[in-house]
Amino acid sequence: MPDRPAIWNFLLGRLSLSSLPLDNTIVVWTFVAVALGGAAVVGAITYHRQWGYLWNEWFTSVDHKKLGVMYMVLATVMLFRGFADAMLMRSQQAIAFGSNLGYLPPHHYDQIFTAHGAIMIFFVAMAYIAGFMNFVMPLQIGARDVAFPFLNNFSFWLTVAGVVLFMASLFIGDFSHAGWLGMPPVSELRQSPGPGVDYYIWGLQLSGLGTLLTGINFVVTVIKMRAPGMTLMKMPMFTWTTLCTSGLIVVTFPILTATLFLLSLDRYIGTHFFTNGFGGNVMMYVNLIWVWGHPEVYILILPMFGLYSEIVATFSSKRLFGYSSMVYATASIMLLSYLVWLHHFFTMGSGADVNSFFALTTMMISIPTGVKIFNWLFTMYRGRVRFTVPMLWTMGFLFTFTIGGMTGVMLAVAPADFLLHNSLFLVAHFHNVIIGGVVFGVFAGINYWFPKAFGFRLDEFWGKLSFWFWQIGFWVAFGPLYVLGLMGVTRRLSHFTDPSLQIWFIVAAFGAFLILLGILSFVMQIVVSIRRRDELAVGNDPWGGRTLEWSTSSPPPPYNFAFIPRVHERDAWTDMKKHGYQRPLEGFNAIHMPKNTAAGMLLAGLGTVFGFAMVWYIWWLAVLSFVALLAAAITHTFNYDRDGHLDAEEVARFEHTGNWAPKAQGTTA
Amino acid sequence: MLSGCDLVLLHPAGDVARQESDLMIASVILMSLIIVPVLIAIGVIAWRYRSTNKHADYDPEWDHSSKFELMVWAAPLLIIIVLGAMTWIGTHQLDPYRALTRTGAGQPLAATTQPLEVEVVSLDWKWLFFYPQYGIATVNQLAAPLDTPIHFKLTSTETMNAFFVPSLSGMIYSMPGMQTVLNAVINKPGDFDGFSSNYSGEGFTDMRFRFLGMSQRDFSRWVAKVRASGGNLDTRTFNQLNQPSRAEPVHYYARFDADLYHRILNRCVDPGQLCMDAMMTMGAHGDHAMRDGAAGDAMPSHPSMTAPARDAATH
Repeated sequence: MPDRPAIWNFLLGRLSLSSLPLDNTIVVWTFVAVALGGAAVVGAITYHRQWGYLWNEWFTSVDHKKLGVMYMVLATVMLFRGFADAMLMRSQQAIAFGSNLGYLPPHHYDQIFTAHGAIMIFFVAMAYIAGFMNFVMPLQIGARDVAFPFLNNFSFWLTVAGVVLFMASLFIGDFSHAGWLGMPPVSELRQSPGPGVDYYIWGLQLSGLGTLLTGINFVVTVIKMRAPGMTLMKMPMFTWTTLCTSGLIVVTFPILTATLFLLSLDRYIGTHFFTNGFGGNVMMYVNLIWVWGHPEVYILILPMFGLYSEIVATFSSKRLFGYSSMVYATASIMLLSYLVWLHHFFTMGSGADVNSFFALTTMMISIPTGVKIFNWLFTMYRGRVRFTVPMLWTMGFLFTFTIGGMTGVMLAVAPADFLLHNSLFLVAHFHNVIIGGVVFGVFAGINYWFPKAFGFRLDEFWGKLSFWFWQIGFWVAFGPLYVLGLMGVTRRLSHFTDPSLQIWFIVAAFGAFLILLGILSFVMQIVVSIRRRDELAVGNDPWGGRTLEWSTSSPPPPYNFAFIPRVHERDAWTDMKKHGYQRPLEGFNAIHMPKNTAAGMLLAGLGTVFGFAMVWYIWWLAVLSFVALLAAAITHTFNYDRDGHLDAEEVARFEHTGNWAPKAQGTTA
Repeated sequence: MLSGCDLVLLHPAGDVARQESDLMIASVILMSLIIVPVLIAIGVIAWRYRSTNKHADYDPEWDHSSKFELMVWAAPLLIIIVLGAMTWIGTHQLDPYRALTRTGAGQPLAATTQPLEVEVVSLDWKWLFFYPQYGIATVNQLAAPLDTPIHFKLTSTETMNAFFVPSLSGMIYSMPGMQTVLNAVINKPGDFDGFSSNYSGEGFTDMRFRFLGMSQRDFSRWVAKVRASGGNLDTRTFNQLNQPSRAEPVHYYARFDADLYHRILNRCVDPGQLCMDAMMTMGAHGDHAMRDGAAGDAMPSHPSMTAPARDAATH
């Protein structure tokens, strides 16, 4: 506790002026930039009197489409943050050789790689897939919203709460330096007495709860809310993967919550679950966190597999090859993902039998994954492949991910892993599958569904530029890491002694710069497209889509479908088009709709205060905010004024005008 | 360029790493059988069936072929069966706990050969090596005679690390209160990189040591040098050494307290601390006072691993 009157210690816990990293110029200037940028945004919103619009149309909205878009915006903002961390690491490793210690001391460098990993997984990749699942899945199954619209809004704001705590750690106190999984003993009090690990814990507890609720919500939605006639084996592939991923979330995220809870007990009340002495066991944490952590990477990749399936079929103008195989492959990946966690620590000395078992289960995952690659190939076979931007990203994925899969199986060969574990080869591998699989999928999906969300296509030129910068940048950035891994260089080093390695790190830094150009091109693509939105305007079905989301207007009305479609075939929209479907223009009924609510924001806001108070040991505020959180949640359950009706005239107005207006009727591309 | 690209993992100097490396290369070759054709097919098929190529077949309803489906499941399955068999055998043969049966290809081990015993402790943030057969200890420098099996036992004081000499063998974790084992052999003389390959906090970057592979004669000289120049590693010296430090220089110790490694492993370096193994023995015998503290049934499955027990006696 700082040396000051007891009342201050009571009021502020361990928070004091010295908690502000004023001595760190990089952080101070970052803060200045963020503060100025934030002030400019707030000022602009105020000047244009947009607060009411944001509040009514977005923040309090329970519409799955708007929540989906908000997730995408959040993920993109966090992508900038996570990528800034990556640039810092790449530049540090490119210069810190011999007598040059670089500009990041270990204390700072270690926080950066921890933040980079945690942010990229939890607030970029997870937020993007939550965004896609939110926006697309209900439309694909012909539903008007998810099963629990309020819960959906609450989940989003819990994710934001996690983001707020992570970002606060940048400017108030510091962040964890224990790696993205918070491994003890480094994350225990002895090595991490500061607030960093606590920020990590509470940020993930809040956002993890949000993710779990999302998982529950989507499982129920897919099971209960499909349009009549859409049996399980007629669901679009993306919906299948959403179901499997949500199932994984429901079973897996409680493990993360429990594990972090045990760690926080160690840190707050002195238990010894994972400490060195007193019966604690670090190995238990390593096992638990990977029992969550391995399914987690499949949570990320499965929706992308679904997304690629939609894109390949659409742009090959052909049915998806081997649909049943795809479903079984997805389901077997889902199940196998629980049986492989130990491959993250073959080198712990579990013995040959255990290692062999987990090596084999890991290799088995490559079988259904290989099946998927083949099925996408055969979908293109005898098709009419259109190389639009989403399809280009998918091609990039097929090449990159296949190679990443191969290096993954190399790591699954336990004896080889004894050499490659924790090396830069491993770092290159998981970036190869996460960038090649998830990030490429994100850009494919944004380019594919953007017209559905906003009614206009994204600019092709900047889209292709972004694509090529990313493709080349990826290999220039991570190719050298594969080589360095084979040179026996381990990860998480902030300084090197062997000058012969330097050239590889310089090349890798240049690759990161190319990726930066890719990201900037993406930003340009969005900006240019918004300015050219009238030219780029499209109708409901710009790509010749096959699934139900393309049957409604772009953007869809709040209720998605004036009449719930009846499904007869797998590619329901293709089937409707084939049979000369005519959109009904009269006979509308009133539609039952949920009302907006600020409860999600309020609850998540109280959660953020609680997390902050726990991080800084401000006990009175923690108790107060926790009680308020419970009270607000209970009060909200007594709010019966949650829904209303959109009357038939309003529905008719939506169906006759607006997004269905004649200018936007044509099908292009 | 060659000096700038020493892919040590592809031509290591120790037989164990050599075999692990061979298995890694074999797995790449095996997987290439399927990966390379797939990569080519992605490009060829996408180009052949581009929408502007009106000569190509177009069959929008074609979505199933039992023959193709069988192939897409069978082809990766076959590769994985072969690779799985190789991995199963390799994992057992190259289990770090398994005593070596050879020191190189075609060089079986004589039954009488005594391995070099080394007890390794990772401290914050340096490496301590005990040579119980020679009564010496070193910090951040490890030496071993050529073609002689080395039997490492490893533990840690506070943080978890991984002991890794890429030229010698695969890595193995070192963990507090637990012991792991590694068997290896060095076949070529040299001065090799060794380091921690598991992040362990602030001083991790500098947690490097040198591994010296040398002839039996040079090794004897090295031992003599350590004996001649080193001090005494007793409890007090050890506690000083155990203070966190970065980029620690090499230390030599001519003597060490005989049971020091045992006390580090069982977390009872300071007088008055009850050793974990003693506590477990009490637990196993149902000692009343210790019943809550020791868990006789908590023995981990691997015999060489000492189970972490509760350090109740220090409270």
